[in-house]
Amino acid sequence: FLHPPPSWDVEETLKRLQSQKRVQVIMVVNTEGIPIKSTMDNPTTTQYANLMHNFILKAWSTVREIDPQNDLTFLQIRSKKNEIMIAPDKNYFLIVIQDPTE
Amino acid sequence: MPLDWEPGATPGDAPGDGEAATWGPLLHPLPLPPTAAGTMEIVYVYVKKRSEFGKQCNFSDRQAELNIDIPPNPELAEQFVERNPVDKGIQCSTSMSEHEANTERFEMETRGINHVEGGWPKDVNPLELEQTIRFRKKVEKDENYINTIMQLGSIMEHCIKQNNAIDIYQEYFDDEDAVEVTEEAPSAKTINVFRDPQEIKRSATHLSWHPDGNRKLAVAYSCLNFQRAPEGMSHESYIWDLENPNKPEIVLKPSSPLVTLEYNPKDSHVLLGGCYNGQLACWDTRKGSLVAELSTIEFSHRDPVYGSIWLQSKTGTECFSASTDGQVMWWDIRKMSEPTEVVILDITRKEQLESALGAISLEFESTLPTKFMVGTEQGIVISCNRKAKTSAEKIVCTFSGHHGPIYALQRNPFYPKNFLTVGDWTARIWSEDSRESSIMWTKYHMAYLTDGAWSPVRPAVFFTTKMDGTLDIWDFVFKQCEPALSLKVCDEALFCLRVQDNGCFIACGSQLGTTTLLEVSNGLCTLQRNEKNTASSIFERETRREKILEARHREMRLKEKGKVEGKEDDQREEEPILTLEELVTKAEEEFFDIIFTELKKKEVEAMKKSKPVGPERGREEGWGGGTGTQGGAVGRRGGAWGRGEDTGSGGGAPGLGAPSWAR
Repeated sequence: FLHPPPSWDVEETLKRLQSQKRVQVIMVVNTEGIPIKSTMDNPTTTQYANLMHNFILKAWSTVREIDPQNDLTFLQIRSKKNEIMIAPDKNYFLIVIQDPTE
Repeated sequence: MPLDWEPGATPGDAPGDGEAATWGPLLHPLPLPPTAAGTMEIVYVYVKKRSEFGKQCNFSDRQAELNIDIPPNPELAEQFVERNPVDKGIQCSTSMSEHEANTERFEMETRGINHVEGGWPKDVNPLELEQTIRFRKKVEKDENYINTIMQLGSIMEHCIKQNNAIDIYQEYFDDEDAVEVTEEAPSAKTINVFRDPQEIKRSATHLSWHPDGNRKLAVAYSCLNFQRAPEGMSHESYIWDLENPNKPEIVLKPSSPLVTLEYNPKDSHVLLGGCYNGQLACWDTRKGSLVAELSTIEFSHRDPVYGSIWLQSKTGTECFSASTDGQVMWWDIRKMSEPTEVVILDITRKEQLESALGAISLEFESTLPTKFMVGTEQGIVISCNRKAKTSAEKIVCTFSGHHGPIYALQRNPFYPKNFLTVGDWTARIWSEDSRESSIMWTKYHMAYLTDGAWSPVRPAVFFTTKMDGTLDIWDFVFKQCEPALSLKVCDEALFCLRVQDNGCFIACGSQLGTTTLLEVSNGLCTLQRNEKNTASSIFERETRREKILEARHREMRLKEKGKVEGKEDDQREEEPILTLEELVTKAEEEFFDIIFTELKKKEVEAMKKSKPVGPERGREEGWGGGTGTQGGAVGRRGGAWGRGEDTGSGGGAPGLGAPSWAR
C-alpha cells in the first residue's frame, strides 16, 4: 500500500481551501517574492508578494518587540472590498483573498 | 617725549633720524574748543617728508604719553536730574536663556518603486517560461515546502471557516437614521499651506477651485499696489495640487501678472485670466503654460481686470470681464481680438466714459443668465440686464450704501434675490426689492474687509476675510451680531477667499502669496434642520422692515417739501449756515448739559439717601460744592472750546472724573 506522494497532499490542501465559500485567490509565495503557486496572473501575484513581505516583516517584528517570546501566527487585512489573509512562515507565505461576508 | 614743542616750529626742526622717519607731533595737540554739539575734536597732526612716503615703518617703543586730558565738567551735571530712589528689579535665581531653532524647510517628495518581477535566483531567467516552471517544480518537491504548506493550510482553513460562519465586522443599527449632530462649537482647522515659491512675494489676489473633484486650486498672483510692483517680480501664477504644497503642479506664464483667474466650469482644462494691464488671457492646460489666447491690447481694458467670469453658453467659450476703467466687456475666447460687447458703467445712463464708475467686482449667477451685477469702487452696486435693447437700458438700478470699494459681490445660492456685498469695514446683505439700503449688515470692524462669499451648502452662512488676517464665519440663524467663528489665519492681510463646492474647504490667499486651506467643522457645512425656511423668513422680515422704513422716509421727505413750499409764501427765514466750529460748540454744549443734568440728579439722589448721617452731609455738600466749582471750571473751559482753542477729549475727563476724586 503505497503512501501517496507528499506533493499530492499539498494539492489537496490548496484545493480544499479554494473550495471554501467566497475564496477568491490563493497564492503561495516565497520570501524572495517568487510566486510558487498562484491562481492569479504573475504581475499581480508579484505585486502582492512584494507588498505583503514588508507588511509581514513589520507585523512580525512588532509582535516580537512587545514580547520576545511571542510569534506572529496569522495576519488578516480587512478592507472594504475583500479580506486578505496571510499565514506566514520563515520561508513561504500562504496568501488567501476572501470576499467579506455580507 | 615731552609735550612741549613750541608752536610754530618748522618741519626742519624735527628730529630726523636719518632714513626711517620717526616723526613726532610737531604742533601742540590742541584740544580744540568744544563744538556746538558739545563734542571735542581731538586732532593728532604729524608731518612727513614727501620723499619719505612709502618707506618702511621703523617702529620703536616709547613711553606712554598723555595726549589729552579732559577733566570732568561739572556744568554738564546740571543737565541731569538725580533719581533717588531708584527701583530695580532683581531676580534671585539662576539666569537661563531660551533659544529656539527651526530647520530650514526641506522639500519632501513621495516616490514609489514598482516591483515587477520576483527575486529569481541567478541561474533562472525569469523570461524563460521553462526555467521558471522547472524552478517551481523543484520547490514544490522540497520537503520543507510541503510541511510548511500543510501547516499553514490548516491555520488558513480555520480562519476562512470562521469568516464564513460569522461576520465579525457586521454593522448593527444600520437602518436607523443618523442622529442629529449634537451642538458642537464651530471650528475650523488648517489643512495645508501653499507658499509662493518666488523670492519676491506677491499677493494672492484670486483663487479658483478645479470644477471636477476640487483637487486643484488655481491661484493668481500679482501686486496690487499701484506702480509698486518690485523689479523682477515674476508674472507667473500657479495651479496647485492639494496633495503637494511644495511645488505647484502647473505654472501659467502671462505677459502681465494676473489679477483674476477662473476655471471654465464646463471644461476643466481651460482657464481665463484677467491681467494687470487690462488684457484677458486664456490657457489650455493641455497645451502648456504659455497663453493660448490673448485679447488685443487696443480693445482690452485700460485698467487691471478685476472681475472675469465664465458665462453659461452652449459653446462654453463665452466670458465677460470688468475693470476699474468703467467698462464691462463680453468675449468669446475663440476670437479674443475684440470684445463682442461693451457696456459703460455710467449710472447717469449717458454712456460717458468720464463719468463711469470703476468696477471692482463682478457677479453672475447661472440661474439668472440675463442679469449681472457690478460692484464699483465708489461703493455702489449696479444691477444690469444683459438683454436690454439699448445700452442705456442695460443699467437697471443701483444700490448704494458702502463707503468704499465693494470687493466682493455674490448672490445667495439658495435665495438669489438676496446678495452679499463686502466693502469698507462691513459686510452687507441686500435684497433686490430694497434699493435704498441693505437689509442686514454687520457692525463696523476694526480692519478693512477684503473678500466675502456665501457657503454653497448653507443659506445662512457666509465667510469674510479682513486686512488683519482673520477669517470670519457668520451664521445669522445662530448669532447676528458677531461671527460664529473668527479665525486668525495669518499675520498679514488676507486678500481673497474661495469656498469649495462642498462647503467644507475654504482657501484664503494672503498678501505675501500664502494660500491657506482650511476645513470647517461639520456643523458649518451640513444643512441644518429647517435652515432654509429660517433663512428665507429672516430675509423677508428684514426686507419688510427696510421697506417700511423707506416708506416712512419718503413720507417725511414729502412733508418737509410741503412745509418748505408753504413757507415760501410767507417770509422765508433762512437758517444761518453754521460753520463747523459752531456746530462743534453747539454739540459740546448740548453734551455737557446732558451730563450735568445727570450729575445733578445723582447728587440729589445721593443726598436724599444719606440724610441721616451728619458728617456725611457736610462732605456731600462739599462734594456738591466741589462739583459746582469743578463744573464751573469745566464750564469755563467749555467756553474756551467754544473759541476753538482746546480739544474736546482732554477737557472732558476732569469734568466727569473729578466728582469721584473729590469724594
